[in-house]
Amino acid sequence: MGQKESKREALLGVIKEEHAKSGYLSKGAMVEVSEALGMTVGEVYGVATFYSFLSTWPLGRHVIRVCKSVPCCMKDAERLIEWIGKELGIGPGETTPDGRFTLTLTNCIGACDQAPAILIGDEVYGQLTPERIAEVLKSFD
Amino acid sequence: MPEKRILLKNCGEIDPGQIASYEKKGGFKALVKAREMSPEEVIEEVKASGLRGRGGAGFPCGVKWELARKSPGKEKVLICNADEGEVGTFKDRYILQNDPFSLVEGIAIAAYALGVKKVYVYLRAEYHYLLATLRNAIAQGKGYLNGLKIEIREGAGSYICGEESALMNSMEGKRGEARYRPPFPAERGLFEKPTVINNVETLVNIPPIVLKGSKWYSKMGTEKSKGTKIFSVSGDVARPGIYELELGRTLKELVVDLAGAKGIKMVQVGGSTGGIVPYSMLNTPLSYETVLGSGAVVVFDESRDVLDFVYRTMEFLNEESCGFCTPCREGTEVMMEILGRLVKGDGVEEDLGALEELSNAMIASSMCGLGQTAAVPVLDTLKYFRNDYETRISQSVFLRSLQPIKV
Repeated sequence: MGQKESKREALLGVIKEEHAKSGYLSKGAMVEVSEALGMTVGEVYGVATFYSFLSTWPLGRHVIRVCKSVPCCMKDAERLIEWIGKELGIGPGETTPDGRFTLTLTNCIGACDQAPAILIGDEVYGQLTPERIAEVLKSFD
Repeated sequence: MPEKRILLKNCGEIDPGQIASYEKKGGFKALVKAREMSPEEVIEEVKASGLRGRGGAGFPCGVKWELARKSPGKEKVLICNADEGEVGTFKDRYILQNDPFSLVEGIAIAAYALGVKKVYVYLRAEYHYLLATLRNAIAQGKGYLNGLKIEIREGAGSYICGEESALMNSMEGKRGEARYRPPFPAERGLFEKPTVINNVETLVNIPPIVLKGSKWYSKMGTEKSKGTKIFSVSGDVARPGIYELELGRTLKELVVDLAGAKGIKMVQVGGSTGGIVPYSMLNTPLSYETVLGSGAVVVFDESRDVLDFVYRTMEFLNEESCGFCTPCREGTEVMMEILGRLVKGDGVEEDLGALEELSNAMIASSMCGLGQTAAVPVLDTLKYFRNDYETRISQSVFLRSLQPIKV
């Protein structure tokens, strides 16, 4: 394995770390990473935009990912999106004005036995009802 | 009841954070036994057991190991695929949550048989909350690992990265796009080294096979599907969850007797690209010969709309297509457009023929499993529920006839 390859191998880990630190991948951060790993900015951008958990624009402090795959849809994930919207005043793809939450949709999170389920940050919340989701959202600062 | 707990025997019985509780249940005895055998003997035992890959593709595990072991190249690589992204599948999550030590033991045996010094576990980003449990299990098992390094690499949200060639690209710091094959991973995989990629559940099968022998193991199941399988059941059932059954048991036993489904219209087995089983065929045995895939079982009752399901499934596949090859990237897009029109009541008669024609092209010319099987739910529902499509189209024709003709 060449040195260039071994450096490149670290890419996903490095940009994930940067993402966790800043909440997204800024243009400046991607340029820095490309220089450190000996890659073009285009290559870094190409990888960064391939994955749904990485964002190249700022997100809220807490990212809500509502599962919209078939098993969750069967348990009314669409109404769940409405309930969350009512609580926070935002729709999918939007961030609350205070920067507290970003609401987004995602594919199967492997919690189909607890449908409808969502991820907030890294935690799973399942079997959601309007009351429960309101309660869960209140617990985030 | 038909459940048979071999792989899940420790789940709920041990403390997933304490290795002593696993040892008390006979944990790591298989690893000790494997090390008393030669690596070739271990591979022979796995081959004789008839174990096939549990991630969905079903390739014989022992054959894969043998190919990699015989591949030239000093350094070999083992990757445990914990990128469980298949819709409706949550068995690997359940194993990692409840019995991570079984996976560590399976990995250690596989590493011994293959002669590898370093193992990677590729864990999906959605399962980040399992990282601590898995890390802890690896750390506590250190005394058994004889210097073997197990490194966890996390994904970042991508279904296709569960496909083995895309997974390797992801690990190499590239876009998670599928690769052309040959060369197969066993020949040239991660960084061109001979590589074995095994699913979590596949590796958890290894300790019981080594401990009790291939003769015992191969007595379970059907001719081409040996052992037990873990099923993830969701959808219209009273008791969604994880069930372990001997292969060859019927779908009816699983979804009706165990999971408590009523008024079934159809069942999808194997994930988003899995086969559709209509109610009339509920006695279908679960096996590689019939329907199986990842063991995802989603039950749809009479109230469900077939077209809505197929549309949502195609939307998923379209979003998750890596975009590298044209038949998959464009095929899923066009299918989504056609199905979207059908769902909304804008369909025309020619749509069904177009779907079938497109399906055949995608199956024949896509580069990886995603594109090659994306059409399965379309073709299966056209086969068993053609009436639903035709009715929707005739209703659309009627609705259009009520519109004033635009001049």
